[in-house]
Amino acid sequence: MAFAMTAPALDIDALVLDPSIHIIVCTGAGGVGKTTTAAAMALRAAEHGRRVCVLTIDPARRLAQAMGIEHLDNTPRSVAGIEHAIGHGSLDAMMLDMKRTFDEVVESHSDPERAQAILENPFYQTLSSSFAGTQEYMAMEKLGQLHAQARVDDTWDLIVIDTPPSRSALDFLDAPARLGSFLDGKFIRILAAPARGAGRGLGKIAAVGFGFFTSALSKILGSQVLTDVGAFVAAIDTTFGGFRERADATYELLKDPSTSFVVVAAPESDALREASYFVERLHADGMPLAGLVLNRVQEVTLPEVSREQAMAAAEMLEDGDATSRLTAALLGLHAERQALLERQQLVAARFTSAHPAVPVTTVAALAEDVHDLAGLRQIGALLAGGQD
Amino acid sequence: MCGLSDYAGEVVNWAGTHLHVVSGKGGAGKTTVAAALAINLARNGRRTLLMEVEGRQGIAQLFDTPPLPYEERRIAIAPGDGEVWALAVDADEALVDYLATFYNLGRAGSAMRRMGAIDFATTLAPGLRDVLLTGKACEVVRRKIKRTENAYDAVVIDAPPTGRIAQFLNVTAQVSALARTGPIHRHAEMVMGVIGSPQTAVHLVTLLEEMPVQETLDGIAELKKADLPVGAVFVNMTRAPIFDDKQRARIRKGTLPKHKIGETAHAAGIRQPAGVIASSLIQEAQDHVQRTDLEARELERIAALELPTFTLPYLMRGIDLGGLYALADALHAEGIQ
Repeated sequence: MAFAMTAPALDIDALVLDPSIHIIVCTGAGGVGKTTTAAAMALRAAEHGRRVCVLTIDPARRLAQAMGIEHLDNTPRSVAGIEHAIGHGSLDAMMLDMKRTFDEVVESHSDPERAQAILENPFYQTLSSSFAGTQEYMAMEKLGQLHAQARVDDTWDLIVIDTPPSRSALDFLDAPARLGSFLDGKFIRILAAPARGAGRGLGKIAAVGFGFFTSALSKILGSQVLTDVGAFVAAIDTTFGGFRERADATYELLKDPSTSFVVVAAPESDALREASYFVERLHADGMPLAGLVLNRVQEVTLPEVSREQAMAAAEMLEDGDATSRLTAALLGLHAERQALLERQQLVAARFTSAHPAVPVTTVAALAEDVHDLAGLRQIGALLAGGQD
Repeated sequence: MCGLSDYAGEVVNWAGTHLHVVSGKGGAGKTTVAAALAINLARNGRRTLLMEVEGRQGIAQLFDTPPLPYEERRIAIAPGDGEVWALAVDADEALVDYLATFYNLGRAGSAMRRMGAIDFATTLAPGLRDVLLTGKACEVVRRKIKRTENAYDAVVIDAPPTGRIAQFLNVTAQVSALARTGPIHRHAEMVMGVIGSPQTAVHLVTLLEEMPVQETLDGIAELKKADLPVGAVFVNMTRAPIFDDKQRARIRKGTLPKHKIGETAHAAGIRQPAGVIASSLIQEAQDHVQRTDLEARELERIAALELPTFTLPYLMRGIDLGGLYALADALHAEGIQ
């Protein structure tokens, strides 16, 4: 123990076992252990009686193997090896395949012929595989689908989702709407209707500029690209409601009181700055925040011995016999761990003073990465404050 | 660190390398390493340009300056009268520039920018964005080759993360879907002429943890597959060893003299009961050795790449300007001159 914080404690068990909570979103900066946290919470909920589906975006290979989801098929699969502590819960897991999710949306909204034309469109292929924001859009889309499915056939009573690895945690909230607006936007509409005359509906001067622009664009990108975009928009127009509308619908789901956000961070200034932004945004948008999970915190086993004390004693011993030198090294290690702990606490305290009401739970830095269910179970217990 | 690669301590010869592309897993310290590299390569009267391409303003944050504009500015000095300049490249502005140059667009460019048309174009073809960004870097590099004004001895890019680096640099593949002739193709050829040549080195920054190292190995394989020139691996945030080999072996086996350690620490002024002190210290040591053993295994995987490898220390104080120069000195001592 010894990682001291003034924030109220985040009770993970109360959260994951709350029957009124149906969606938990794990978010945070990249590389802070979001996926592992999501998987650990899902496993803990399942082993305590809930019927859980966990949607992961980009798991480490060995974690995916441990959960049996390393082969992508974009459908939740049952995870073997659940140990029931309470009740008869279940755990299904899946890894998001954004292209496949997009393909399925197209297929379910078009007749086969039109769907095929869209899927073969070169612009669609770029859009569904390398566009900024597509992954976030499809993560939201999949979440919406799983939620709808759970309502219809009562498969799951809890969906846990981790968010795509992006530079900013806010991308998860903003990218879908951004992409939706782009696909519904005026420029792309104009490309879709060249017959009506490019630039109509813009101002007169803007129309001249736009004419100039489309000609420049077609020289740079090639007229084929513009034709492809036009064909794509025309084909998709008749089958879909707006892209933006679709994104907005899922966004509303995130405001529901049955949804709860868990922000994940490591005790470093960059990660906690991201966490701060996100917490503020959730508050501004009226989205329910459960609290902060602070991963990889340094722990020491002898918190009563300060860094200064340990260093002073180590200095005294470092020129002595073998046992003295060994003891000096041990005390030196303790001093280093204390120093790291102090620094992490300072950074964490900055977050807590800005957001004093946000509950926090900490997970100690483990010596090795997690890649099996036993490891996830251990993390789950740590998240719940060390309870089995 | 234990088991450093054979390259450490030798002076690396990067005299012919004008473009250094620094990538790495998010959170591994890409921007810091790029900056430390730019400082070193500016030593002794040279001039380097540190470039940012992701619109993150990470350089400004690191050097504690106001946000950088799309304009080359001197940002720091290097030991021996060197100068580090910085540039935050913006793909949209680069496209306006580009259109102005090739299509004589004049003021219409900025009007289109206000309308969102420029943003639209770079969104429409994600590959175009990357070509414009790498294109700007290559334009700067070529000043040196062409001996024109305002040339730099080296350009260092704080590039996108490992997962995206091969795609980012593989300009030929990026534009293959775009117009087959015309200026963008000539532009791509110019870019490939620099990036695909020994004038360029792509470096990867990693931590000694399983996932970052795996990403590094995957990234290097991808770079090689795309025929892109791999440079060095930078292992960031390493710590000085605390125990020697013999001590580590005893910690692993659990054969430390618990009683003696407790007595010795107690005698040196640690007030807790000797037994409590000893078992706590030993537990911390076991945890530590488990961690460093894992780090050693990860370092072996990096060594197996047989690439020049540099290590940077973990700075307890965090990375401020002073810390940055300390890291530059550490790299200098390892042979980056």
